[in-house]
Amino acid sequence: MAIDTDTARKVAKLARIRVEEADLPKLAGQLSGILGFMEELNEVDVTGVEPMTSVTPMRLKLRADVVTDGNIQPQVLKNAPDAREGFFAVPKVVE
Amino acid sequence: MSANTWTIAAARDALRKGEISAVDLTMSCMTAMDAGDDLNAFVHKTPEIALDQARAADQRIKAGDAPAMCGIPLGIKDLFCTKGVASQAGSNILKGFKPEYESTVTSKLFDAGAVMLGKLNMDEFAMGSSNETSAYGNAVSPWRRQGSDVALTPGGSSGGSAAAVAADLCLAATGTDTGGSIRQPAAFTGIVGIKPTYGRVSRWGVVAFASSLDQAGPMTKSVRDAAIMLQAMCGHDPKDSTSADIPVPDFEAALTGDIRGKVIGIPKEYRMDGMPEEIEALWQTGIAMMRDAGAEVRDISLPHTKYALPAYYVIAPAEASSNLARYDGVRYGHRAKLAAGDGITEMYEKTRAEGFGAEVQRRIMVGTYVLSAGFYDAYYNRARKVRALIKRDFETVFAEGIDAILTPATPSAAFGLGEMSDADPIQMYLNDVFTVTVNLAGLPGISVPVGLDAQGLPLGLQLIGRPWDEAELLKCAHVLEHRAGFVAKAEKWW
Repeated sequence: MAIDTDTARKVAKLARIRVEEADLPKLAGQLSGILGFMEELNEVDVTGVEPMTSVTPMRLKLRADVVTDGNIQPQVLKNAPDAREGFFAVPKVVE
Repeated sequence: MSANTWTIAAARDALRKGEISAVDLTMSCMTAMDAGDDLNAFVHKTPEIALDQARAADQRIKAGDAPAMCGIPLGIKDLFCTKGVASQAGSNILKGFKPEYESTVTSKLFDAGAVMLGKLNMDEFAMGSSNETSAYGNAVSPWRRQGSDVALTPGGSSGGSAAAVAADLCLAATGTDTGGSIRQPAAFTGIVGIKPTYGRVSRWGVVAFASSLDQAGPMTKSVRDAAIMLQAMCGHDPKDSTSADIPVPDFEAALTGDIRGKVIGIPKEYRMDGMPEEIEALWQTGIAMMRDAGAEVRDISLPHTKYALPAYYVIAPAEASSNLARYDGVRYGHRAKLAAGDGITEMYEKTRAEGFGAEVQRRIMVGTYVLSAGFYDAYYNRARKVRALIKRDFETVFAEGIDAILTPATPSAAFGLGEMSDADPIQMYLNDVFTVTVNLAGLPGISVPVGLDAQGLPLGLQLIGRPWDEAELLKCAHVLEHRAGFVAKAEKWW
């Protein structure tokens, strides 16, 4: 399926990646190529096949619902580009 | 031979006998590491940590408490979070990121006494097959074509790991493998690389690419070393819910050299159109070696092989688009400079456009598309159904008595850096054609160097094992290695 520039723009928006208008046609072309390659999957008869969810048939373990760590605010914030007064700071979200 | 060229097994024995100290062994590797800057394999060096760890290892060895990995100098792929040490996953979006925690794999290795020399180059977020998508620039293979000084790729995504081990900058390295990222670079550089069964090694603290496919494993100079190092990396981890709570056997003890009566499957679907004759000849050589060693060789069919690559390139980007959503410029890593009036959406979009390279952006967008409303069933669910069929192919042949499967590791020898830059992305993806099936089915696979091509470059074969049976897989690989007698080393130019 061919991806047009409108679809490429929409996908970039959904992925929260800024793509300049001038670069959209090239991106659309590359996405079309990759999706075209995926079309080969349509040749396979998948009737009655369940989509694979787990690689190995094992039950995922549940851990006890207890607090195992905490009180590490400085470590949590250490790598933040902008941390203030114990919080992550971001541009204004609500007017 | 200077100590940096040793295998883990040789170094372990020498350390225990007191023939060398861990500090001297580490210094030998650090000298080689510093002389190897042209390979661009080590991207963050940690000499202080290495010497501290080496001194502690010497104490343990002296006290008689020395696990096999004690005092062994390693390189660590940049994908592993290492406490207080840059861990960027080869990406600018994690520039400056120094984790406040240690990955389970590196914790286990350090608990066993291993020494970290530094962090190793890799494709950005492990997305690539040539180490050319790295924010650090290309890692360079120590190998060159005969009579040529063209710089070659060490493969990817664990390209720095492969280059560092092949060039003897360290004794061994950690790698990770989502579609072939341990086995392909190992094959390109004439070393051994094993991807264990999904769930064998904890993924905690390893930067996630595609969570249902990612596994860490060792990249080493011999199969014995792979067995020793894998042993130290394996085991159940409560912090990774997909890590298996099953016993880890003694892998080194499995290397008996006896594979008489083992049944080795040769899948006809791995004979690809346009595959170079040298690869076919190498495969036949490997088949003859297994037969000579007393194994029974049987032709098998894995009918859905052809669909593994397109299924992988739906599933891996889908998982990546979700995993990489966390890089938003809020909690760690890069944040774009904002213009007046920019809100939070602009912050996300600019940060991710600046921080991610072209291939990563492409894969996130492909993943976003195949997961989006209206296409989820057509692409993502169909790919997951095909994945179930690929896994079933393997289950069928194993149920019919196949012990291991022998295939080529890569469709060619290493190519030149930049040679694929104009090719469309699919051409690069074809590098993984023999390896992705193993990730999709969650199986263990190992790449063993078997020969050189006409230009003097290493070629490897892959063995694929039954789930959780790394011990038998390593046993077969050990026999193949022994019969192949691969001893070639890259001629030093760096």
